[in-house]
Amino acid sequence: MLRQTVRGKRLVYLDNAATSQKPGVVIDAVTRFYTSENANIHRGVHYLSERATVAYDQARGTVARFINARSAHEVIFTKGTTEGINLVAQSYGRTFLKPGEEILITEMEHHSNIVPWQLVCEQTGAVLRAARINDAGELDTESFAELLNERTRLVALVHVSNALGTINPVKHLIGLAHARGIPVLLDAAQSAPHLPLDVQDLDCDFLAFSGHKVLGPTGVGVLYGREALLERMPPYQGGGDMIAAVTLEHSTWAPLPAKFEAGTPMIAQVIGLGVALDYVGQVGLQAITAWEHQLLTYATERLAGIEGVRFIGTAKDKASVLGFTLEGVHPHDIGTWLDDSGVAIRAGHHCAQPVMRHFGVPATARASFAFYNTREEADILADSLIQVKRAFR
Amino acid sequence: MARLSSLYQDMILDHNRSPQNYGHLENANRRVEGSNPLCGDQLTLWLRMDGERIQDVAFEGSGCAISRASASLMTSAVKGKNRDEAEMLFERFRKLVTGTLEQSESETMGKLAVFSGVSEYPVRVKCASLSWHALKAALDGPDTVVSTE
Repeated sequence: MLRQTVRGKRLVYLDNAATSQKPGVVIDAVTRFYTSENANIHRGVHYLSERATVAYDQARGTVARFINARSAHEVIFTKGTTEGINLVAQSYGRTFLKPGEEILITEMEHHSNIVPWQLVCEQTGAVLRAARINDAGELDTESFAELLNERTRLVALVHVSNALGTINPVKHLIGLAHARGIPVLLDAAQSAPHLPLDVQDLDCDFLAFSGHKVLGPTGVGVLYGREALLERMPPYQGGGDMIAAVTLEHSTWAPLPAKFEAGTPMIAQVIGLGVALDYVGQVGLQAITAWEHQLLTYATERLAGIEGVRFIGTAKDKASVLGFTLEGVHPHDIGTWLDDSGVAIRAGHHCAQPVMRHFGVPATARASFAFYNTREEADILADSLIQVKRAFR
Repeated sequence: MARLSSLYQDMILDHNRSPQNYGHLENANRRVEGSNPLCGDQLTLWLRMDGERIQDVAFEGSGCAISRASASLMTSAVKGKNRDEAEMLFERFRKLVTGTLEQSESETMGKLAVFSGVSEYPVRVKCASLSWHALKAALDGPDTVVSTE
């Protein structure tokens, strides 16, 4: 994948915040499942079904270790971060929120951590509040603390901003919320690929991430939930696999985690995700964080040397996401020109329109690095950007 | 690079840098907001209609080079034309940017022919078409909001 040429040039893949590339072992695991292990889980008494069930359940154990959950049944498989957040909004929010009560988010959320709360606010009469960000793209923690009040019932917070790269001081923020007894959901879509996650150390109550951004297949994600909360929540969807007993009048629910996994799940993808997380573990998240930080620092220096480049997101604590604009050139034109040099970046509002509004730009260009990127690729990005600038002068 | 330079022809870069008919139109009797929600492009188009004739037209907005240059060249192309002529031109433009225009028709496109390279970039067809969709909406009614979605 990464060795191919596009438009006659070597591919430089810098759109990792959108989705990561997949290691061979992950692709092999998914292929092997479909070529020699495919069966439905939790039903059949035959050999293949038993094997598929074991592999599926083992992957849950792998995820639990990856995020240091107390128990594997606190790990719910979803189709991605978005579904995890929607699950909490609909199952927890819709059940427990009353008119006038508040949900607190921040101005730097991805749309997937805004819209599910807007929907539940419409359904319950609850109110959505958002803490401000400053011009470096950092969360204004005073604004956050001020907005926490006796009406706040839930905080939903991004760990690493997809548009700005900002790493939020989530442990501190969770502490502030917990001091008032308010549970916190962390959107870990962008942190899972880059930072070690430990739900016990962070002390978050919910955490959602997507498999495909952390070397896994698309169509699978994880929602971690604190057992006591998950136990109190009603099912999100009804169907097979999530019941204890069904009559035509009434059903009772299966214990965790099956209560939240109605229907045949994405078995191959879950198995692929388990392999991906093992792979990440072998590379080592400490090493990944360190190398990506070097790449970010180097790419930032190179781009800073190009006149007209403005960085959007200059937080002190940043993951390897580089959002920028180039004076006189629209981000989409940057994207198309870089593509012609084989460089894949994202251009647009990054599903974070409130962030774009804060910075007064309709869109940005975004280069996002993974541990398999190199300094040479950062050079190609910078050199290609210089060509764009010349062309549009 | 050949593919790229056929998209970003010099005329497109020039019109992006200094678009024609840019700014608020006084005495307009039609105004339309157009947007491309996926990429955030947005544009306001003003028309002064004299019966069926487009007496004057102007636009403002933010967008990529393709969408700005397209709005600039569209406004120049339809100014003074009547409604039917403008709609026919839009139909031909739509075919041009999707690569389905007959050779014989392409010779009638004038400066708009610089957008032929767009047909190689399916995702940019919306950029090139936004101002035309706004024009169509403005011809159909006085104050509307249109979107490429």
